[in-house]
Amino acid sequence: MDTAVHEAEGDFGPRDWAQHPPYLSPLYRSTVLRSPSKPLIPMKQCLSVRTGPVFGHDSVDPLDNDLTKNGRVNGEPIGERIIVTGRVLDESGRPVPRTLLEIWQANACGRYVHRWDRHDAPLDPNFFGAGRCITDQEGRYRFTTIKPGAYPWGNHHNAWRPAHIHFSLFGPSFLTRLVTQMYFPGDPLLPLDPIYNGVPEGARELLISRFSIDVTEPLWALGYEFDIVLRGRQATPMEG
Amino acid sequence: MSQMLKQTPSQTVGPYFAYAWTPELYGRRPLATNRLASRGMAGEHIRIEGVVTDGEGAPIRDCVVEIWQAGANGRHAPGAAGFGRCGTDDEGHYFFDTVKPGVCDQGHAPHIAVTVFARGMLSHAFTRLHFSDEAAANAEDPVLASVPADRRDTLIAHRAEVPGGVVYRFDIRLQGEGETVFFDC
Repeated sequence: MDTAVHEAEGDFGPRDWAQHPPYLSPLYRSTVLRSPSKPLIPMKQCLSVRTGPVFGHDSVDPLDNDLTKNGRVNGEPIGERIIVTGRVLDESGRPVPRTLLEIWQANACGRYVHRWDRHDAPLDPNFFGAGRCITDQEGRYRFTTIKPGAYPWGNHHNAWRPAHIHFSLFGPSFLTRLVTQMYFPGDPLLPLDPIYNGVPEGARELLISRFSIDVTEPLWALGYEFDIVLRGRQATPMEG
Repeated sequence: MSQMLKQTPSQTVGPYFAYAWTPELYGRRPLATNRLASRGMAGEHIRIEGVVTDGEGAPIRDCVVEIWQAGANGRHAPGAAGFGRCGTDDEGHYFFDTVKPGVCDQGHAPHIAVTVFARGMLSHAFTRLHFSDEAAANAEDPVLASVPADRRDTLIAHRAEVPGGVVYRFDIRLQGEGETVFFDC
């Protein structure tokens, strides 16, 4: 059976706006001029959006899920080595297998490789800060990386972003696309962060990873778990 | 429908995604690019280009446009062949080199699904691109028909034949005058 047709069966449940941030969130200043001001127009799902790109293992290089190795030039990257793992699930709790994740992050000092980042903190010549991974049959992914540092930004006086890792996921459809950020438990900057707080109360806590002693590897790296839930298919396909 | 789990909330891509999403600028292999058409690919080879602007009309340089489309035969190829990704440049400009899609959904005009991400967008925005030279099909298209007539033109990419090929112009205005229609889908 043709992959695209197979993937196209059934409608997806709606984007849950009780979970996602509104476009306009004035405390995050950049939203003021970049938020659509007119209501979204409802659109019936059709084949062109129920399908989506399927990335195979040829999209991922062997070191792509190990950020402590994929940027090495002449030594180990500096910082606290961590393992970040979890499952990608749909709203019914079913695993999302063979789906691509991309992550990117600052280094241990809070500095990005990005050429625009002018934060006065050192680049690490052995850390690039980007990786990819494809989930296994149980929807599981796993990255090894360096714990990112907090960094200042210009949103307001003395604004600092809490440590975070950016995640990008595809899922089975163009509609299941999700870009988000994973945070760390107990970070004192979280209550002050307008990006984290742009998410409705009661939902934002889902963005905080859990420390796990079971994922932690003795004498090697601390472990964090972060599960991600994508839009799922509706149980009963809509007719006509 | 019983839902046991809640959707993970969206967050902005932030300003510093380029080294991960368009890493060819940093000497690394990209997942996807803005060049979907290979030489000899069936169909009319076209360029889609435009500028992404904010509520004051200023170009947005930290924006990514992603597209997903059928081939000229109206079918989605297996894999990721119909997927494209382009970061905007300092002038807010993006482009895709692709082929014009055929009819994918019966009763719909040919179109391309478009997603917009940017710094300052906590959730991404979703729209779709139609072609100006498909006036008859566009007139019958149920999605265009669901859009107020005075906003429909924001979904039409305008065709121009220029030296070197066919270019469709599709500007994306996140807010304000001429604001692009975005969908909840």
